[in-house]
Amino acid sequence: MSSTIGVLALQGDVAEHCRSVEALGRRALQIRYARQIDSIDGLIIPGGESTTIAKLTADNNDAIFDRIREFIDADKPVYGTCMGSIFLAKEIEGSTQGRLAAMDIKVRRNAFGPQRYSFETTLQIPVLGDEPLNAVFIRGPVILSAGPGVEVMARVDANIGRLGKTAGSLPDEAAIYDSYIVMARQKNLLVSSFHPELTDDHRVHQYFLQMVEADVPSAQNDLAHAHTVSRMALAAV
Amino acid sequence: MAVETKKTPKSGADIRTGSEAVKKALPQMLKGGVIMDVVNAEQAKIAEAAGAVAVMALERVPADIRAEGGVSRMSDPELVSKIIESVSIPVMAKARIGHFVEAQILQSLGVDCIDESEVLTPADEEYHIDKSKFEIPFVCGARNLGEALRRIGEGAAMIRTKGEAGTGDVVEAVRHARKILGEIRSLSIMPREELMTYAKQIGAPFELVLKVAEDGKLPVVNFAAGGIATPADAALMMQIGVEGVFVGSGIFKSGNPEKRALAIVKATTFYQDPSVLAEVSRNLGEPMVGRTAASLAATETLATRGW
Repeated sequence: MSSTIGVLALQGDVAEHCRSVEALGRRALQIRYARQIDSIDGLIIPGGESTTIAKLTADNNDAIFDRIREFIDADKPVYGTCMGSIFLAKEIEGSTQGRLAAMDIKVRRNAFGPQRYSFETTLQIPVLGDEPLNAVFIRGPVILSAGPGVEVMARVDANIGRLGKTAGSLPDEAAIYDSYIVMARQKNLLVSSFHPELTDDHRVHQYFLQMVEADVPSAQNDLAHAHTVSRMALAAV
Repeated sequence: MAVETKKTPKSGADIRTGSEAVKKALPQMLKGGVIMDVVNAEQAKIAEAAGAVAVMALERVPADIRAEGGVSRMSDPELVSKIIESVSIPVMAKARIGHFVEAQILQSLGVDCIDESEVLTPADEEYHIDKSKFEIPFVCGARNLGEALRRIGEGAAMIRTKGEAGTGDVVEAVRHARKILGEIRSLSIMPREELMTYAKQIGAPFELVLKVAEDGKLPVVNFAAGGIATPADAALMMQIGVEGVFVGSGIFKSGNPEKRALAIVKATTFYQDPSVLAEVSRNLGEPMVGRTAASLAATETLATRGW
């Protein structure tokens, strides 16, 4: 089966996500209008600026915001990277900016500071196997807390992005959180604070495609396996 | 070196800041967006509210630099810091060509990207900044492929057309975008044995010429800048093939900055949709007055700065 994956193309690194989807042999469709949502099986919300996407979806004659909400409510898979994870979140720390409010997570925008503290690191993501994933964080958000229905898939150590800054000025959260959540899933919704679309390791997109194609027998086995490995309950703090 | 590797306290994982991938990625996140010149925190907030993906913090917009003349330098750090504090989107700032100390200062202030800009008075008439030394990305102007690849060779993580800043006349941005994209197209069908001589002719590093020939595109993000004043201008540049736009004097030198800013943001997203472009172009009020790029004396052109 060849599914069609939409990439929300209002602003951000759209071409990079299309490249990842196409590298896995699926069709990628750039989405700018509500009507296009009817022709896709899954949606990716790319990296970009969350305030820009909020403006472009709210202040628009086109009903794309409502249509994405309906898509989510119909249990269709949606994957948000970086800005996409902010746009999907129920709560954004210190902000009332527009969002889909679909996923039971609280996010902090730009959690590591200015671009100088953006970084790459290797992450252990059990659901993707033993091989660590090179993850690129660009002024990335983190998930501060997640509801009971949210499965945590990866974390990074707290305050890592600030290591280069003043020693001893750990953010308060370090005392509370051992580490920040940077990848999570809630049923049909997948988010990551980092950008797998910038690398040639397509395992995160592969995982998302399995969510999209879950009713295909060949994909189902992998998905069942993935779930056994990654089941981790997390209580909201 | 720019790349700094540290260990996390808990898991001991390597953390790399300032790597090439990390520097190139910031502009990738800005694609399809509009970067607006602002001269104070209030304008920065207006730009952010209108949907700008980033702001360029500076003391005078190019139109005023033209009008007032004199030596134009990096902005006051106090102003840059205030603008950084006032918005959540990335903040860029300009350093003079070759003035690596201004760039060091801007990096220490926490700006997200430095524009080594011909709009300011050049500090060095022979050498540009060694941008590979810095932890944050640089954007540089270019009029042709050779210039773009020289800047990338020096470590630029983003290219923009130079256009002719502060004129409100898009003709030079069009010329530069067509030139760069046209040269990339001809390079992509050029036989391999011609590439070395071509690299020599355009004064570009051979490895980068090879890469462009293979990929059919620049190895970094490519925006338009210099003279964009209307939603139609922004859409024109996008249809020609750039990945986003800078708007300098065009917004805050116009009659209704809020409305024009939002209109240009929408035009950059829906650049292929004439009905949206018509809608957002309605009743925008007075555009910036502008002057034709062709009427500038040779000493008044900014695009010729840079080597």
